[in-house]
Amino acid sequence: MMEWLTQEILAKYNYWIAVIIILIGFYAMIAKDNLIKKLIGLSLFQTGIFLYFISLGDVGVGWGLRSGTTYIIEAIPEGYIYINPLPTALILTAIVVSVSTLAVSLGLVIRIYEEYETIEESEIIEKERVL
Amino acid sequence: MIVPLDLLMLFVIVVIAIATISAKDLFSAVILFGAYSFLMAVVWAEMHSIDVSFTEAAVGAGVSTAFLIAAVSRTARWEKG
Repeated sequence: MMEWLTQEILAKYNYWIAVIIILIGFYAMIAKDNLIKKLIGLSLFQTGIFLYFISLGDVGVGWGLRSGTTYIIEAIPEGYIYINPLPTALILTAIVVSVSTLAVSLGLVIRIYEEYETIEESEIIEKERVL
Repeated sequence: MIVPLDLLMLFVIVVIAIATISAKDLFSAVILFGAYSFLMAVVWAEMHSIDVSFTEAAVGAGVSTAFLIAAVSRTARWEKG
């Protein structure tokens, strides 16, 4: 039982914190009324996923419990450690994509504000109903 | 990675994320989000992903904070309800 707890819960704390961050962002996307708050929640969600991927690629130097990677080059000299480069390359692309989506959606929010003079979702729905 | 540093910074990150989504002032929410992104960049540098850390510090903490401040200054600053 104790060994299971160590191996499955404590050793993978990065994954648990990634899940917590994802759920915080998801809550903000669903429950918040303000459109900019929703976009901040979307960014938090994306960052949680990035944290999960980078944790997958990291070598477990600390407790030796997070290692899941094989070495890229077979003939690495003794004592050298390399992280898995694939998650790093993927996340590098995903960060750029995330700032692009944020920019486009903020432009749409500004346009919505010009049209409805509010960025609260419930008030926008109310004004839509009147029209 | 260094486990105590990792744990401490991830805990601070979770606290800042909760503060970000519960702030009523959107300007302070945006600044807290910039602090969140910067701490995330430090976490990635400490996880040996230096290139991701550079990109996050430039793009996440810099450009998206500027975009969000621009959007808040053109719309309403205070969240209702």
